[in-house]
Amino acid sequence: MIELEHVSKRYGETEVVSDVTLTVPPRSIAAIVGTSGSGKTTLLRMINRLVEPSAGTIKLDGVDHRSVPPHELRRRIGYVIQGHGLFPHRTVAQNIATVPALLGWPRAKTKARVDELLTLFQLDPAEFAARYPHELSGGQQQRVGVARALAAGPNLLLMDEPFGALDPIIRAKAQADLLSLQARLGTTIILVTHDIEEAVLLGHRIAVMDAGRVLQYAPPSEILARPATPFVEALVGTGERPFKLLSLKPVAEAVEQGIVEGEPIAASATQRDALAALLWSGRPALPVQSAEGVIIGKVTVAGLSKRAARPE
Amino acid sequence: MRALPTLARLAALALLAAFLMRPDWFEPVFRPLTENGAPAIYNQGSLLGLTLAHLGLVALATAGATALAVALAILVTRPFGAEFLPLSRALVNIGQTFPPVAVLALAVPAVGFGATPTLIALFLYGLLPIFENTLTGLTTLSPAVVEAAKGTGMTATQRLARVELPLAAPVILAGIRLSVVIGLATATIGSTVAAKTVGEVIIAGLLSNNLAFVLQGGLIVAVLAVLIYDGFTALGRVAGRWSGGTS
Amino acid sequence: MATPDRPRPSFDKLGLVIGIVAAAAAGAPFATFRANRIVPGEGRAIWEALPAGWATALLLVVAGAALVAMLRSPAPARLAAALAALATLALLIGTAAHHLTPPDNAYARVAPASGFWLLGFAFALLAADALTRLQLSATARIAALAAVAAAIWLLLALGAWDGLSLLKEYANRADRFWAEGARHLALALGSLAAAIVAGIPLGILCHRVSGLRDAVLNLLNMIQTIPSIALFGLLIAPLGWIAANLPGASVIGIRGIGAAPAALALFLYSLLPMVANTVVGLAQVPAAANDAARGMGMTARQRLTRIELPLALPVILAGIRIVLVQNIGLATIAALIGGGGFGVFVFQGLGQTAMDLVLLGAVPTVALAFAAAILLDAAVELTAAPGSRV
Repeated sequence: MIELEHVSKRYGETEVVSDVTLTVPPRSIAAIVGTSGSGKTTLLRMINRLVEPSAGTIKLDGVDHRSVPPHELRRRIGYVIQGHGLFPHRTVAQNIATVPALLGWPRAKTKARVDELLTLFQLDPAEFAARYPHELSGGQQQRVGVARALAAGPNLLLMDEPFGALDPIIRAKAQADLLSLQARLGTTIILVTHDIEEAVLLGHRIAVMDAGRVLQYAPPSEILARPATPFVEALVGTGERPFKLLSLKPVAEAVEQGIVEGEPIAASATQRDALAALLWSGRPALPVQSAEGVIIGKVTVAGLSKRAARPE
Repeated sequence: MRALPTLARLAALALLAAFLMRPDWFEPVFRPLTENGAPAIYNQGSLLGLTLAHLGLVALATAGATALAVALAILVTRPFGAEFLPLSRALVNIGQTFPPVAVLALAVPAVGFGATPTLIALFLYGLLPIFENTLTGLTTLSPAVVEAAKGTGMTATQRLARVELPLAAPVILAGIRLSVVIGLATATIGSTVAAKTVGEVIIAGLLSNNLAFVLQGGLIVAVLAVLIYDGFTALGRVAGRWSGGTS
Repeated sequence: MATPDRPRPSFDKLGLVIGIVAAAAAGAPFATFRANRIVPGEGRAIWEALPAGWATALLLVVAGAALVAMLRSPAPARLAAALAALATLALLIGTAAHHLTPPDNAYARVAPASGFWLLGFAFALLAADALTRLQLSATARIAALAAVAAAIWLLLALGAWDGLSLLKEYANRADRFWAEGARHLALALGSLAAAIVAGIPLGILCHRVSGLRDAVLNLLNMIQTIPSIALFGLLIAPLGWIAANLPGASVIGIRGIGAAPAALALFLYSLLPMVANTVVGLAQVPAAANDAARGMGMTARQRLTRIELPLALPVILAGIRIVLVQNIGLATIAALIGGGGFGVFVFQGLGQTAMDLVLLGAVPTVALAFAAAILLDAAVELTAAPGSRV
């Protein structure tokens, strides 16, 4: 549990973060979204004290984060930045072992942990452990960056535009991997992004920031359905909104009784993908198939339209 | 095709060693350069001794210069010394316009003749390239890497020792390399202020119009400079192996 | 709850260093008195070296300037304080010479001592710091250089320093000084000119023919690592052979010993910075600019003269700066092989243990190198300015 209470940051006369109060529940992902200069990165960096707050308190699991020295605090919090920031002069294994080394873990424990993480991130330890960062692809570097942040098993992971340097196809894969990883490890993640799509896709809750203030902090469906201010509405993009709403839910939740002809749609696909398939096929309805390959019903244009409409 | 240059270097080293140990073997080579039966091989002292003294002087001065220059560069890149950074850059720029000979000559009035003024001149002139390169190395680190080092919870000292200095090492080594090569040359001139260096051989040749002396003194220093330069280049390559050899 | 802005410390760190150095230097010997030009000297502190009034004035100026340095004062005030202190030092060292030299004694020598040099160093440091903070434009820096040169010329013309040992050495060999100075400049500038004429075309060639580039640069790099005195010495042999065997060579001044090997060595050293900087300058011309020029129908020659060379000019000028400063320093060595230049005084002085003579050679060399660096740095900035204003 992360609690920010009336947190502000001033540089001279300018206030870059103004009186932010928000709580991130354990084992969830909070996405902070905003334009550049909105104060989102400063807010993130105050959590691990790379920036010291001018006012307010930040509590991690109920304890004020100023009760330990900054460097000890940071060893307990994973941190991933855009462009990964891998140490170019250290091998992949040494990079991942950074925090364990700082914590003085025994060699065998560190090695086992490095191998475990490499395997988790689909990088063969035998092949990748001894490589230098420049010998990896962009997607591999990004994964090593996340592995390094997770090395000492932190409860909290801070990510600043972690996928910013990746091309769209690799980014989609990295985002999906992060979601399944978080579901598996239960790590609390606070993620900063300028991309509302990414925030909607990854965040259990989204904080929209502008000019240092949090304008709205709510689950994605709420942000899309009931934007609190014109700025949030503009950020969400009125034209795209129905499709974003549909993209939040799987087809499984929109299944209706009945049997129809056509190419079946997977129950795990998003409702947005289902609508696209319906429109493309020209049919009013298509069958829905479960993960086991059983047809469990149909999904209809009319049904999805209703779900995409502004909630009352 | 790395083998050929390596062989050439080994051959040069072997030849140099042979010449320093047994200069008389090479007498026929230098004989044609002498006139009126003048000696073809330097006979006023041991070539090996002079070469070792020369190297010792350069090594001592460079070691001192490295210690001080790196410490100063670290100081002005920390928050405490940041105030001195612009000035120190300007001073390095100005300092490098001082010719090595002038530094040597100006040291004599302060400390007299012998090895000391040479040592001082080598030390002072050696400071500049090392300081400048260390400064470059420490101020051009990727901000993402520095940020990541902070984010992983390294203390300021750990960041310096584990990330900043290792990353700057190839650039620092290039600075030391430049210092050593300049030092080898300046040490030669040191014999004009009575320091024991290979310059003695060259000066003796110039004074007695004996080209054989000039050539052998010149060759010793030149081969030393090229070999040491290569050695530092190789060392820099090892220190920078993580970059994929692009630097 | 806001943390209040920390109050700025009222002392300047560099100023404290300057203050400590100045305090130590004020008690150190200000001038050295020697009965003749080669015996060891005796130090004289400020109050011994100067009439009481002047000594007090100097101490006051030094204390005042040090105070300005120690407080966090604005840069123009710091510069003014530094210049005032330096000017006072410059004037009063001449006064000290007159004061210490017994009347009608042509042998006695007075020279600046450690205290003077330390004070000069401390306030030069302050001036340098103030100038760095002021971030003068290129033209302002040239103007400042001219002003300092004019001030020194004025002091010399008025004879303010005539009592100093350095000027006595000069007076004894004024003709020789200017002749060697001319030779020094001829060596440095002549080899620079030759390096420009040969180096820029070679650089263009290396830029165009990539196979040639590595070979040429490696060879020039190798030459650069050969110590100067060795290269000077090594060139004596081939030039001596040419002089002896090529009819007419010795008539036009080619000899094994003398200016010819010195000029040739300086030329060889100059080639690397010229070629390397030309290659780098041309390589960094944006490909888009070149493409656009080609698209507009420029020939290769037109592109070179209208696009590539103008854009590469700042880097090429930076190469010329390196060469000129380096040549002014290296030309000193020419004296060892009979090539003349200010090195003559340096090495003669070292031979006679006459330190004033050493300074007579070293000081103008340093001054020339320094002035050349400032002028060419400004030139680099001026040529780079239009392109960098995007």
